[in-house]
Amino acid sequence: MPKITSLEDLRKIKEQAKDLTSARSGGKTRIIVGMGTCGIAAGARDVMTAILAELDKRGLKEVTVETTGCIGMCQKEPLVDVIRPGEPRITYGNVEPKDAARIVVEHLVNGNVVEDKVVGRTD
Amino acid sequence: MALYRAHVLICKGTGCTASGGPSVYSAMQEELKRRKLDREIMLVETGCHGMCEMGPIVVVYPEGALYCRVTPEDVPEIVEEHLYKGRLVERLLYTVPSEMTKIPHYRDIPFYSKQHRIVLRNCGYINPEHIEEYISRDGYQAFAKALLEMTPEKTLEEVKNSGLRGRGGAGFPTGLKWEFARKAPGDKKYIICNADEGDPGAFMDRSVLEGDPHSLIEGMLLGAYAIGADEGYIYCRAEYPLAIKRLKNAIAQAEELGLLGDRIMGTDFSFHLHIKEGAGAFVCGEETALMASIEGKRGMPTPRPPFPAQHGLWGKPTNINNVETWANVPQIILNGAEWYSSIGTEKSKGTKVFALTGKVKNTGLIEVPMGITIREIVFELGGGILNDKGFKAVQVGGPSGGCLTEEHLDLPVDYESLTAAGAIMGSGGLVVMDEDTCMVDVSKFFLEFTQRESCGKCVPCREGTKQMLLLLEKITRGEGTMEDLETLEELAQMVKRMSLCGLGQTAPNPVLTTLQYFRDEYEAHIKDRECPAKACAALIAYTIDPEACKKCGLCAKNCPVNCISGDRQTPYKIDQERCIKCGTCLEVCPFNAVHKD
Repeated sequence: MPKITSLEDLRKIKEQAKDLTSARSGGKTRIIVGMGTCGIAAGARDVMTAILAELDKRGLKEVTVETTGCIGMCQKEPLVDVIRPGEPRITYGNVEPKDAARIVVEHLVNGNVVEDKVVGRTD
Repeated sequence: MALYRAHVLICKGTGCTASGGPSVYSAMQEELKRRKLDREIMLVETGCHGMCEMGPIVVVYPEGALYCRVTPEDVPEIVEEHLYKGRLVERLLYTVPSEMTKIPHYRDIPFYSKQHRIVLRNCGYINPEHIEEYISRDGYQAFAKALLEMTPEKTLEEVKNSGLRGRGGAGFPTGLKWEFARKAPGDKKYIICNADEGDPGAFMDRSVLEGDPHSLIEGMLLGAYAIGADEGYIYCRAEYPLAIKRLKNAIAQAEELGLLGDRIMGTDFSFHLHIKEGAGAFVCGEETALMASIEGKRGMPTPRPPFPAQHGLWGKPTNINNVETWANVPQIILNGAEWYSSIGTEKSKGTKVFALTGKVKNTGLIEVPMGITIREIVFELGGGILNDKGFKAVQVGGPSGGCLTEEHLDLPVDYESLTAAGAIMGSGGLVVMDEDTCMVDVSKFFLEFTQRESCGKCVPCREGTKQMLLLLEKITRGEGTMEDLETLEELAQMVKRMSLCGLGQTAPNPVLTTLQYFRDEYEAHIKDRECPAKACAALIAYTIDPEACKKCGLCAKNCPVNCISGDRQTPYKIDQERCIKCGTCLEVCPFNAVHKD
């Protein structure tokens, strides 16, 4: 590793190292994938992998991806929730791996809810 | 760098390593690989979380769920349920002892929610072997800020204004101490980190060294810059192999990044840091003895003055602070003196780390703001007395500290209040005692320690502690007289007043405070030949109640010296001549027929 010779160098290392510990602090956008038995059977695992790949590709670091169990709406699985700080919780249903990119770009980056996939909304 | 959606932090501090942390780590590593989750879930080994009682501890982020006493057998369930399906493994969550409720989140557990973590902010949160993780948590920002944007005078001023006082025990204002060393004439100056933590049951410094070694290095860099030193030593006992390993690793990383060495960050400031491994003599925690040890001499104290700030290591001006003091400095520079001095009491600023041990439910490491009461520490953070027995006393400040009683429970913890009550802040040992503890026995225990560790240079400490110990042994054998009590008190005052260094000056503290607050217990040992807490072996006898004895023979079977006789027809009986008073018969009797009086 090159030597640190300025504040800028230190800041650069800090920026690069940020995602080393960023998952350990809260207060960010959360994506929650339903991974109950129903979700897994409907293909939630592939959806999650697709979301992770998309986030990685776009270098989005201020997002946490969590899993959760069955919430009872099994016919709409795979379910994906997106919670942006200060905004209502949006639940997307019947999400397929190909929808992952759309949700990430539209909702997370541009701030527009992907309406045709929404199955629920809570404050 | 791949994106990790979850982080699994497994504690590899000394406590959790002893309770099986490493095998949980390797089981987790295998299980994640088997489930093909190793590319999206990061496994991190950390330093001490402080709640060693509940170890091995596993924390899963982003949720911040804390699992207690995890075994390798639990690992597949955590991976499948939590990491794969997102359901908390409830049976492994922390349970509040009083309410029997489960708490999933780290921050909500009373043990943590009452704490204010400055020194321990990274312990259990980052991987101590990766400098990048330290940097990601604002590491070395304070040093860079001071070096590039502040003068040494300004840096020193900031520490002075913060009100930080030495965390090693005496509580001398750190900024003032630095100023003495800065103003001392000479081109060559040294700084030293005292990591010779030797109090029985204390592991505050150890946890910082093992869990966040870079915070110490950064603190020393700031100190060296402010004082004008170009060389530093960390004096750490060889009994802390993990701490030394992580320190060496951290120093190597800092050197590689150019944060240690010559002309740091392109400036004229150079600083080299060495580790000196001590052999573990308690007296080497005293600064003059410590420096003698670094110089390769026998670790013995010398009279002060001259103080180290004028005539220290190899005769050069030297500044010594302990681990916790150094580790506070980066946060003070980063957040400002005003921020730091807003925490704590009028004369004691900031926080203090305590090793909470003894008869409390949650033993472990805590960092609390100065001014917190002993009651809050024992009953809220500590969760109360083990097995819900009665509180008797708390021993503050290690073997050189004093015992405080129930009436001191609402005493605010700061340097002045503790000293006024006869205890000292010390380095931060807190030993809680319940009603079954004999205070005479306790002071004997601590005196045994200091007597053994006395270096033998000055007569009051060498001979005085020995004679005091003999008197205490006589009293606990039930052979003491009231004159002995007077002699003991007189000797204690003499040793305290006339010893050369801090070891002897503070060694009588446990005896003096117990004499002050628990004199009746001493008198009971002498006048009634009785130990009220039933702890001193010579003053108790075990007997079997023939009425209650069901003649099962369990006591006889378990007696290690075969001194219990009896059979199916005759009740069992203990031969008092041969009994060693180990108490095994009392423990094994299913019918409570064995009595201790």
